[in-house]
Amino acid sequence: MTAPVPIRGDAAVKPAATLATAQTRAVSRRHRGRRWLGQLGLGLSVLVLISPALLFFFWMISLSLKNELDNTAYPPVFIPHPPTLDNFVKVFAENDFLRYTINSIIVSFTATGLALLLGVPAGYGIAKAKASKAAVLILIARVTPGLSYLIPLFLVFQWLHLLGTLTPLVVTHLVLTVPIVVWVMIGSFEALPVDLEEAALVDGCDIWQAFRYVAVPLAKPGIVVGMILSFIFSWNTFIFGVVLAGRDTRTLPVAIYNVLTFEQISWGPLAAAALVVTAPVLLLTLVMQKEIVAGLTTGGVKGG
Amino acid sequence: MSAATAALTPHPRVRSEGRRNYARSYWLFALPAAVVVAAVIVFPWLFTLVMSVHDWKVSGNVYFVGLANYLHLTQDPRFLWAVARTLYFTAAAVVVPVVLGIWAAVCFARSFPLRGVARTIFVLPMMATPVAIALVWTMMFHPQLGVLNYLLSLVGLPPSAWVYSPGTVIPTLVMVETWQWTPLVMLIVLGGISGLPIDPYEAAIIDGANGWQMFRYITFPLVWPFIVVATVMRIIDALKTFDTIFVITNGGPGTASETINMLLYQTAFGYYDLGYASAMVVVFFLLILLVSVALLRVRKLEQWQ
Repeated sequence: MTAPVPIRGDAAVKPAATLATAQTRAVSRRHRGRRWLGQLGLGLSVLVLISPALLFFFWMISLSLKNELDNTAYPPVFIPHPPTLDNFVKVFAENDFLRYTINSIIVSFTATGLALLLGVPAGYGIAKAKASKAAVLILIARVTPGLSYLIPLFLVFQWLHLLGTLTPLVVTHLVLTVPIVVWVMIGSFEALPVDLEEAALVDGCDIWQAFRYVAVPLAKPGIVVGMILSFIFSWNTFIFGVVLAGRDTRTLPVAIYNVLTFEQISWGPLAAAALVVTAPVLLLTLVMQKEIVAGLTTGGVKGG
Repeated sequence: MSAATAALTPHPRVRSEGRRNYARSYWLFALPAAVVVAAVIVFPWLFTLVMSVHDWKVSGNVYFVGLANYLHLTQDPRFLWAVARTLYFTAAAVVVPVVLGIWAAVCFARSFPLRGVARTIFVLPMMATPVAIALVWTMMFHPQLGVLNYLLSLVGLPPSAWVYSPGTVIPTLVMVETWQWTPLVMLIVLGGISGLPIDPYEAAIIDGANGWQMFRYITFPLVWPFIVVATVMRIIDALKTFDTIFVITNGGPGTASETINMLLYQTAFGYYDLGYASAMVVVFFLLILLVSVALLRVRKLEQWQ
């Protein structure tokens, strides 16, 4: 390209020599002005977009660090002054929060571990057999409301006298974790180059060895994504626990809903408890953002 | 294995024979998961169908009633209102996040200082535990002491009743849903934008197109498939919304925010009327399936044009 394309028709009457320079100047000035305006608009847009999240989490932390007097003050006190950790102490001292935390850890880790044991080989099998129809089943599972699993499974657990143990929670969480792991693993095994496995097979590996020693190590990033998503879904899940958990088997989301009702407890400890529940997931998001985003956008999946 | 690729491989006979065996053994990998999926996913589906044609109370006896539960649904004003409310909530909780999500994706596709930090903050609501979020929102909605009414007063607006009035409860819940799920729309659309070719934009800049024109005539048509996917996801999730509504309003005040999911929970685990609740599940599930299939069909039709 030699000269900028004329934007305004009237410029065309000017002599050719000055035309080019004048236009370059006009275009660049206009361009710079527009660029600057654009940057300003972009900055404002981003600010508007992130401020709801920013304000919300700021307020959540602020509530958890203030004493009760400041929390119920009007106009509200924004900056804790002085900040106090009393609310966190109270949550663990006055409730059996430690037990609920352990319950949550057991359920989420077991449900994630089982999902990986079942889902990684399944994803491999489906990817290798090119059985995309099997993936449709997973999509339907994604579409089904959580409550619809809960009603029949509730009866089954009642018949088996399992209500009040952690088993029903782990089993129902599999409803979420197995499909997400299988879904992520189909994608990541399909993306692997086939040459290495074929070489292993030619060299006398059996199909299990090719899977175990070639495909699985190569698919490690995908396994990590599946593991994180499965853990987060399980950790955040509330709907199954609210029905199936007994007094001693509550997971954290159920516990903050059931135990820390507004009559019993004031805002500070409630916000502190909410922060404790969601902190592991938020920290995981901060550390592993790239993996989580990759997993969510390929699957477009969420729990519940 | 096709003949062409078989011919290129060093030991065609061994390889193709091996392949045939493998195809069968690959299914063995999926077998354990298939058994579990059958037990915890497929079995509940079938069992729900069975329960839906019975009068099935938790404690009492079980009677076969045919389609009576389904007939009852068509005449139950509470259920019909719940359907109408669910559709109202869903329409708003899809349109607003999709529009905002596209806007956010366009912004986050450009480079600016601290983009990574800003995007992480923007994505956090989606990852946070819904129950924990819902509890904090409830505190913020408090009519006298809530921080939201204070913020409104700062800009000179009258206080809102938020979730404490039948008129404002659903818009308020839509706001929470928007806050929480706009990031998912943003991520899906951003995935689409980042795969776009740069040439059309260069041509547009040379032709003097402005930002809006470039979005309207280049970005939007090219990422349209991603927008459809995000919209379908959003519709499914909005229809299924449970945690936030359950914790913040539990369907109230009165029944002003009682969506299908809330009524379903109440019928099954409040009244223990499992047969009727199962019929509701079947209808609810068909509604979700119908909407998502219809939307994906629309997308397919457009691809052919």
